[in-house]
Amino acid sequence: MKIRDILILIAIAILLSAVSIQIGQWSYSWLPPQASTESGLIDNTISFLVTLGSFIFLGVTGTVIYSVILHRASEEDLTDGLPIEGNITLEVVWTVIPVFLVIWIAGYSYNIYQQMGIQAPGHGSHPNMLMDAAYAETLNSSGKENLESSDSLVTPVENTVENIQVDAKQWAWVFRYPESNVTSTELHLPVNQRIRFALQSEDVIHGFYVPAFRVKQDIVPNETINFELTPTRIGEYRLSDSQYSGTYFAAMEANVVVESAEDYQKWLHQAAKQKPSIANNQAAQEYAQNEQQEFQNGWQTVPPAAPPLVNYHT
Amino acid sequence: MTINIETTSNISQSHHHQGEGDWKKYFGWSTDHKVIGIQYIVTAFMFFLVGGIFAMVIRGELITPEADLVARSVYNAMFTMHGSIMLFLWTFPILVGLGNYLVPLMIGAQDMAFPRLNAAAFWMVPVVGILMMASFLVPGGPAQAGWWSYPPVSIQNPTGNLINGEVIWLLAVAISGVSSIMGAVNFVTTVVKMRAPGMGFFRMPIFVWAVFSAQIIQLFGLPALTAGAVMLLFDLTAGTHFFDPSAGGDPVMFQHFFWFYSHPAVYVIILPVFGIFSEIFPTHARKPLFGYKIVAISSMLIAGVSGLVWVHHMYVSGTPGWMRMIFMVSTMFVSVPTGIKVFAWVATLWGGKIRLNTPMLFALGGLIMFVFAGITGIMLSSVPVDVHVNNTYFVVGHFHYVLYGTVTMGIYAAIYNWFPKMTGKMYSEGWGQLHFWLAFIGTNLNFLPMHPLGLHGMLRRVASYAPEYTFWNVIASLGGFLLGMSTLPFIINMVASWLDGEPATANPWRAIGLEWIVASPPPHENFDTIPVIISEPYAYGMNKSLVLEQFQEEAVVIPQSLEEQSAGSDSESLSAENSRDK
Repeated sequence: MKIRDILILIAIAILLSAVSIQIGQWSYSWLPPQASTESGLIDNTISFLVTLGSFIFLGVTGTVIYSVILHRASEEDLTDGLPIEGNITLEVVWTVIPVFLVIWIAGYSYNIYQQMGIQAPGHGSHPNMLMDAAYAETLNSSGKENLESSDSLVTPVENTVENIQVDAKQWAWVFRYPESNVTSTELHLPVNQRIRFALQSEDVIHGFYVPAFRVKQDIVPNETINFELTPTRIGEYRLSDSQYSGTYFAAMEANVVVESAEDYQKWLHQAAKQKPSIANNQAAQEYAQNEQQEFQNGWQTVPPAAPPLVNYHT
Repeated sequence: MTINIETTSNISQSHHHQGEGDWKKYFGWSTDHKVIGIQYIVTAFMFFLVGGIFAMVIRGELITPEADLVARSVYNAMFTMHGSIMLFLWTFPILVGLGNYLVPLMIGAQDMAFPRLNAAAFWMVPVVGILMMASFLVPGGPAQAGWWSYPPVSIQNPTGNLINGEVIWLLAVAISGVSSIMGAVNFVTTVVKMRAPGMGFFRMPIFVWAVFSAQIIQLFGLPALTAGAVMLLFDLTAGTHFFDPSAGGDPVMFQHFFWFYSHPAVYVIILPVFGIFSEIFPTHARKPLFGYKIVAISSMLIAGVSGLVWVHHMYVSGTPGWMRMIFMVSTMFVSVPTGIKVFAWVATLWGGKIRLNTPMLFALGGLIMFVFAGITGIMLSSVPVDVHVNNTYFVVGHFHYVLYGTVTMGIYAAIYNWFPKMTGKMYSEGWGQLHFWLAFIGTNLNFLPMHPLGLHGMLRRVASYAPEYTFWNVIASLGGFLLGMSTLPFIINMVASWLDGEPATANPWRAIGLEWIVASPPPHENFDTIPVIISEPYAYGMNKSLVLEQFQEEAVVIPQSLEEQSAGSDSESLSAENSRDK
């Protein structure tokens, strides 16, 4: 290989790297606002992978397009290309480099994953689950007694953790604040405080997902799944069911309000004073409307659960 | 250096005027692998159109944020049936069809190992299709639980009837599984036992390697899916509680059964497409496939690793951390043998004499979109990323780049490439290129916007969504409708060319391969005498003969010295080229 060729290759590599790094930076703008401590970590991983991926994509497609433009044969040209059957060095290089890339990406992802886990308090009490990020540990599968007994999970060491129970059912969310005896269909969270959700489902598998928090967890019936995160940004967000749960799946959403500690306490106090009333429920409304319509396709669907009875709803 | 191609015109002449009632054989029981291959291809394409119409309904619903075009239950049926049809009635059967047609020809066999089993396996496909369509007519409508059919949603049975959409769906999937197992046994036996003399494993074309690897996956994976489906069927009809959490069953166990097969299934689909790329790039770039042996072995490696990655679909299903990590690493390692293939194709193109005809365009478009899909695939395999984008449109965008951008583009490439062989007619190059550009632009317009949507958190399977997602959804829907339109020039081209195209010579591409040394279309028994193979499969520019001299009377690839080739025979090849352009 001539020195000139090597210099050209290096120049191309530098150019590609610069472009890829730029695309990696742009990737932050493809994401919702960062509203939890996990958000930044996950966005960094995405940006890292977008940077690497852009380099590979531009490199490979650039070579293909270059070949197609420069090595295109004319209609009359019936000759063949050079009969090169392979090149062991090259083949070893493009096997070994991906192996290293894979190890790099896996190591990077593992580190990020550990950091997400380390931020979860309560790890010390489960030393044998060190690799298990505490935000997704399955505590018990013995049934619904957990619902009542879950405050016993709160040890004095963890009293800075806010415990919230999440009940999912077809197609409604109910949030229970056990310390204040409040139930709500809107999820209120204090900013900059560790939240531990106890996720439970009454019927089918649902999924807990707030895009701005970046984390997601399936809710499996008959299990209580603990799931932790720390909201960091005051604002309103949307919680969606992320695991397909039947007819009104897309309508199973809830508002999420992240507010200052004072506002949060104020809200809890006010909500506790209100008598439970029936919340609005989109699935139930649509189902009732469909029943009244004259034209129906006759496809019977699973009826929605009764709209939840809660202290606070919008 | 070139390989000289001489067309013995009497071959194509004698088979050109086959009996006029010939078309009837495609509608009846035939044990000829070529007839069965075309039966598979045409049947699968019909269902591709049906699945495509369902996709149009989905994109029509999603062009506005509200659920306003169809009822939510209809929407759920649409995406369930769209996914099921595209997998069980389009990609699987059409690739089995291409394999059926090509594998015996490529290995110098006169038919598949078990011709009657082959026909039986095919005739189950229309049964699966009719069952799926019929489920629209039962009370309660067709299955609405997604193609994963996760319990408990799939076993809720709101009508209470014994015969309901979900039961019919499960029966159809089970029959499809039986058909695929029968096909797999047949393919594996054929490749192992029926190769012509001289064709060692490392002289097989990569397409044969790819089909072989894919069918081995079918053999070890399908029993898991079939078992899962049968247990689900029992839960639904016989009152068992394998997966019913309200009675102590474990719904997550079904996910293991399902994905243990259904992730490898993706490789069953994509490996033959890799094989198609490996045939088309050398032929139309006029160069040997770069690193043939390692490309062949990488198919087997992919098949092996594919059995060890299924939990990456279940990162957020309550899967413990150690399991997430193991499956993250195993999934990422799929990229190594896959990367080997991609680099080999790029190196094959490099310095070739590239001809941008329709098969080549589709293969190149498929390659570029596959690289993109591979990169988003690596992103998805990383647990921290997946925790955010799992079940969002990012995943939908990723697998449509695989299943449309790569697989369907590869299938089109194969149909154009072997159309002259199958029908004895040339397709129209102009219509073919129009089809390519519509499909390429439509695919990117449809599926690229799904990536920003997913990164922003739009979930898959929703009938309604937040207004902030509208812009990219409108673009995607327009792309979807363009994709729908793109099938029209294809259909027109195929029908018109088959009925009234220019006659094709035995080897219009001057390609190397046993299928090209027989007439177009090949005679019933393929080879009058079984050829003896004496060289590697991609000896472009090497002046080698593929088969032993005594068979060259019927052979088309004849090595000649450089001096001789400039004279008479070039005009033959030229006329083949010209007829393609008309």
